[in-house]
Amino acid sequence: MNMVSEIASAPRSRGASDPAVRMEDVNKWYGSFHALKNVNLTVGRGERIVICGPSGSGKSTMIRCINQLETIHSGRIVVDGHDLTAGGKNVDLIRQETGMVFQQFNLFPHMTVLENCTLAPMKVRGITKAEAEETAMKFLRRVRIPEQAAKYPAQLSGGQQQRVAIARALCMNPKIMLFDEPTSALDPEMVKEVLDTMVDLANEGMTMLCVTHEMGFARSVADRVVFMDRGEILEVAAPDTFFDAPQHERTRFFLGQIS
Amino acid sequence: MIRVFGWNEFLIIVVAAQWTIALSAIAFAGGSIGGLLIALMRVSDVRAFRLFATGFIRVFQGTPLLMQLFLVFFGMNISGFAINPWIAATIALALHASAFLGEIWRGCIEAVPKGQREAATALGLRYYHSMRHVILPQAIRIAVAPTVGFLVQLIKGTSLASIIGFTELTRQGQIINNATFSPFLVFGTVAVIYFLLCWPLSLVARRMETRFSRATAR
Repeated sequence: MNMVSEIASAPRSRGASDPAVRMEDVNKWYGSFHALKNVNLTVGRGERIVICGPSGSGKSTMIRCINQLETIHSGRIVVDGHDLTAGGKNVDLIRQETGMVFQQFNLFPHMTVLENCTLAPMKVRGITKAEAEETAMKFLRRVRIPEQAAKYPAQLSGGQQQRVAIARALCMNPKIMLFDEPTSALDPEMVKEVLDTMVDLANEGMTMLCVTHEMGFARSVADRVVFMDRGEILEVAAPDTFFDAPQHERTRFFLGQIS
Repeated sequence: MIRVFGWNEFLIIVVAAQWTIALSAIAFAGGSIGGLLIALMRVSDVRAFRLFATGFIRVFQGTPLLMQLFLVFFGMNISGFAINPWIAATIALALHASAFLGEIWRGCIEAVPKGQREAATALGLRYYHSMRHVILPQAIRIAVAPTVGFLVQLIKGTSLASIIGFTELTRQGQIINNATFSPFLVFGTVAVIYFLLCWPLSLVARRMETRFSRATAR
């Protein structure tokens, strides 16, 4: 094997043995507010993690640190074998390999659904428009709204918009998907269509970290449930154990409140 | 000998409006480029850029346009350039417009919801593409109405260039008045021409404003 192909293949072979995400002693402050306290979490490839906890507990902050929408003050985050704390190039790489879905959808309102889906692949990956549109249609079909491709986000329902947001993220072929309360801004009758899309994704083996209050989703889809409160991870357990025999006092209190 | 204010004198004034339009257009074009730079510096992550842009805006918003014209006009003279009202007026007005448009556009960029930038970043888009394809196209929609509004101010502001000897609408009016001594007729004509230049723009601005507020009402 010659030098060049050896170098080119090196990160991939290293990547395969690494966990998808590894967080080590992560700390973050907003001013004097300690938003993340010594967070340690390792997410394996293909694993589905649901993160729950009361509001202000640091759930969103934690997953936003994984693609560096938030910076951390101490600790280490390694995503797909790339150390985020090394900065620069790695951050760009990781953002391309992680897809994110937001509570408020954050679709680009001045672009059609199709354009929302093709922008990043064309500008970041440098693929042609035809190729990008083909990929976009593939994922729009997968989230079951190919017929909306020419519409603008404002013409769609909340549930449809969120499914477009999922398709848009998938168009970058991410290895990890981050969901930040994807159904919290939706009318109740639209929650199911978005959750169904997420279940499909999980069944295809996507590595997922979801911040959500949908406990039914957590029970049926999650490999592990993470409970956070006041910036700390208090409990990590398989859904059955988590819901039926929660260990921590605050977990029990939280589960009592939402059920 | 006193000339009578007649058709010829009227036409001379009307023709001079072309210099008002030309000066406004060049100052606006220069101010657009400068204003975009100032606006981007103002919202930049780099502290030095922000400080420079803020200082630039403060200075131009805190001094009269007439002083800005004087300073550029006489400043050029002191630094050894030939006295040229054209160049001095364009530079001063373009700088003036850069500061005001910069501040207007900063507000428009910041009015684009933060989630838009975050979504672009999360998709791997870097600064240039995120600005060019996501933030600025949305900011422009918000910016159209206040920008046209400022253009109206700028057109009226060009009348001050008459004081450094630039022969545009106002200066031509003064010249004709010196010959005809009919100030009311002369400056009335001048005012009507300014009005005819500015009023349609105000209408356009208002129409765009209602169109925008309808477009954003979801």
